[in-house]
Amino acid sequence: MSERVNVDKKSSDPVAEAKAEAALPALGLMGMLRWAWTQLTSMRTALFLLLLLAVAAVPGSLFPQRPANPSVVTQYIKDNPDYGKLLDTLQLYDVYSSAWFSAIYLLLFISLIGCVVPRAIAHYKAMRSQPPRTPKRLSRLPEYGTLVIPADAGIPASDAITSAAAVLKKRGYRVEVRDSGGERPSLGAERGFTKEVGNLVFHTSLIGVLVSVAIGGLFGYSGQRILVEGDTFVNTLVGYDQFTPGTNFESGQLQPYSVQLDKFDITFDRESEGKFGQPIDFSAAVTTKENPDAPAQKEILKVNDPITLGGTSIYLTGNGYAPVVTIRDGDGNVAMQGPVVAKLQGDNYYSSVVIKVPDAKPDQLGFAGFFLPTAFISNEGVSFSGDPDLFNPQLTLNSYYGDLGLDDGAPQNVFELDVQDLTPLNARNLDAGGITLAPGSSYTLPDGKGTISFDGVKRYIGVDIHHNPGQLYALIFALLAVAGLILSLYVNRRRVWVRTGTHADGRTMVEYGLLARGEDHRLAAEAEAVRKLLSGEWQLDAEAAGPEAPQQTPSREQDNDLGAATTTGSVTTPAGPTGPEKDQ
Amino acid sequence: MPYGINETMGQYSELFMLLAAGTYTVAFIAFAWDLAKSSKALRAIDLKAAQAEDPARMPVGAGAGARSESHLAGPAGRAERPSSSASPSAENGAGGAITADGDMKYAAERRAPARVAVALTVLGALIHGAGVLTRALGAGRVPWGNMYEFLTTGAFVAAAVFLLVLIRRDLRFLGTFVVGLVIIMLVAASVAYWTPVGHLVPALQSYWLIIHVSIAVLSSALFTLTFAMSALQLVQARRLKTVAAGGTDKLGFMRLVPSALSLENLSYRINAIAFIGWTFTLMFGAIWAEKAWGRFWGWDTKEVWTFVIWVVYAGYLHARATRGWTGTRAAWLSIVGYLCVIFNFTIVNQFFNGLHSYSGL
Ligand code: HEM
Repeated sequence: MSERVNVDKKSSDPVAEAKAEAALPALGLMGMLRWAWTQLTSMRTALFLLLLLAVAAVPGSLFPQRPANPSVVTQYIKDNPDYGKLLDTLQLYDVYSSAWFSAIYLLLFISLIGCVVPRAIAHYKAMRSQPPRTPKRLSRLPEYGTLVIPADAGIPASDAITSAAAVLKKRGYRVEVRDSGGERPSLGAERGFTKEVGNLVFHTSLIGVLVSVAIGGLFGYSGQRILVEGDTFVNTLVGYDQFTPGTNFESGQLQPYSVQLDKFDITFDRESEGKFGQPIDFSAAVTTKENPDAPAQKEILKVNDPITLGGTSIYLTGNGYAPVVTIRDGDGNVAMQGPVVAKLQGDNYYSSVVIKVPDAKPDQLGFAGFFLPTAFISNEGVSFSGDPDLFNPQLTLNSYYGDLGLDDGAPQNVFELDVQDLTPLNARNLDAGGITLAPGSSYTLPDGKGTISFDGVKRYIGVDIHHNPGQLYALIFALLAVAGLILSLYVNRRRVWVRTGTHADGRTMVEYGLLARGEDHRLAAEAEAVRKLLSGEWQLDAEAAGPEAPQQTPSREQDNDLGAATTTGSVTTPAGPTGPEKDQ
Repeated sequence: MPYGINETMGQYSELFMLLAAGTYTVAFIAFAWDLAKSSKALRAIDLKAAQAEDPARMPVGAGAGARSESHLAGPAGRAERPSSSASPSAENGAGGAITADGDMKYAAERRAPARVAVALTVLGALIHGAGVLTRALGAGRVPWGNMYEFLTTGAFVAAAVFLLVLIRRDLRFLGTFVVGLVIIMLVAASVAYWTPVGHLVPALQSYWLIIHVSIAVLSSALFTLTFAMSALQLVQARRLKTVAAGGTDKLGFMRLVPSALSLENLSYRINAIAFIGWTFTLMFGAIWAEKAWGRFWGWDTKEVWTFVIWVVYAGYLHARATRGWTGTRAAWLSIVGYLCVIFNFTIVNQFFNGLHSYSGL
């Protein structure tokens, strides 16, 4: 990160910036590009783009989104004629695939690549090179201390530096000893390279996650299907009620497995007061076959517990009632017989029912109304469902005859009956009244148009079927990212320098300094530990090694300054290479 | 099949919550008293010191301040990019404007009201914990299945995390803030979000509820702490600037609060932990979404806001490494992040339609 910060330092230097600006006209195309690249990959831009991304994600939660709710979007545009269209132009109903949102995250990821690659190279070099040269004045380092080895110990400066090197190596530092035979031998040591590795892994993995998501979008598919008890779904394109292929989907990808819904059970809460009647368990017993010739298998499909089959996952996402009806037409023939999926409308499975009977003769028939699992009539005469279970099932319908308009091939919503061109037969406001049926009862339509009987009730489930080949990779990269993040935040990258010198009186003076790169609140503790280890090595009393001993006293700054002075005075700091890298 | 419901346990739980809120309230008063009293005492000491003003005292004090400061600040790299809000010179100039230890270690001096306050908070947290436990027993499952439970359990975790941090660091200056917030959460839970014990809807019956939500609550509790610290950091930075410029110190109690730089550094460390927690929240949420709805990411409102929070805190971590963005600006990001957390919990849960609409209301 210091690498980064250093770069930043340059670019944020007002003089340098002014110069760069002044030099702009002369830059030429390549220069301009280079300049733009530097800007794009700067930490400041990354921060700006990150914050922009956060802001840009918000509208997607404020406006209905097309991928999730296309019909709500259409309605919203209708309801807000003044600005609904404008929002659409701004792609506010498709925020996450909009040009502007994509631009932000693509720029961010380009910036990321531009950031990661040079850093990886720099870090690779840093890992191979020796620790930086020993600063001239160690006392300027954030953690600094001295030790004195008494003359009678007989450890000269060169031995001291060798044993210090051994101590630090053992502690996981990479150590280089300099000038070991000289007057002022020193060593430089560094550890914690995994911090930067973690950072690089983290950022690279984010790219991995993005690519995995893109792969899922390209090669995946998803679809929906409603299954009434007894129905079988076969995994072919026609088997789906709704199908959303990925960009590169090919129908050959579909493995023709089958799923039959044998029975669907709901457990209702009959215990707690507040939630009485709330469903607490959905359980679908299904029979699956991997392919038409494979042996049948019994499985249970539940919420939060999908079935995997043929490379797809099958999810239980909805359920409801399907009243079974038999309709005879005016000619007395059975024109329709079977379950009708009722669409949930309100509390306690209050559901709407639409029945279209195009095969009825001489006139086509249509029915629209409601299904109530436990019918009640309120004091105002409004019927409602009092419980989600089948205590008093009731079908209330209006009926129509005429041309249903199904023959011209235009697709229609099966849950809606367009009554505009139909003639009503039964309705509350007509003489014949509405139709009210309990299971087992039947009703004869006026004018000899036919009969309808309510034979019983089945349950249906809605299943979502998904195939996402990018998913596993996304997970792997996400896990890698977290691992990298933890390393990056919790490994400390530190440098230690030690310099020794032998006094005229035979004492060996040792001074050491520590510097962290990046956040490191435990540097002081590390200094303490290093001090203990060195003292142990030379059998010194760590606490009483001289006036400069760094204690956790608030007045250490002065001690340090004094220490520096005395050190320079008595031990003398040699005229080594130029000062520390850290320039302050 | 879920376990049975035990309404009596549920009633005990509510009683415990009430008692806990009461105990916290007394603790809150004690914390406030501590701030008031200590700042008065400190002012008196200062006055005496000023009367016996020794011209040599100033630089010494300044040096001491700077040292203890930079010590925690970890020249440790932070020195390379000094905080823009609290430059050492501002703090030096402020002289005695800070008495708190930058390390946030306990000082030798005893603060009786603060001790009472902490003891009461511990008591409150114990009762509160009993409330959470009885709620769990009453419902026969983890106590975080609706807004009421998120809030009561979340408040407990916030209090517990605060007390745990107190073991190692003297963050008692945050007491009024944290305990105040805990009280607000408990009251809001009981007044606005009260829900009797009940079974989970099938959508929530998953072990991912345990994993995902517990980490979310824990991270949020940590974000709560850092929010408080960042807010104080802003106040402190302003105050120190005023004092340094020779203005009058209107916020005497802020002497008990460590310097802006110390606050910034500690909140950075806590935010780093919380950010990892939030990353897990996001990931586990995605895994759960995959299990429940068949896609791991679908930009559902709740997902959008969880993502926004994650990005804001990622921005915060970046800001701390960007020149000119440390200090005050980073603190603002930390605050904005927390406001998003609150928004995600309250407004999004209740008023936005999405797959996550199981607030239990
Ligand atoms: C996809 C968007 C990005 C996200 C979510 C993200 C997130 C993070 C996070 C959470 C950290 C803190 C943990 C750590 O130190 O590893 C971090 C650090 C860092 N990021 Fe990013 N980042 C993104 C893009 C970038 C870009 C584009 C750059 C380069 C310009 C960048 C450069 C850095 C650097 C240098 C650090 C180390 C900061 C330090 O010294 O603490 N990041 N990033």
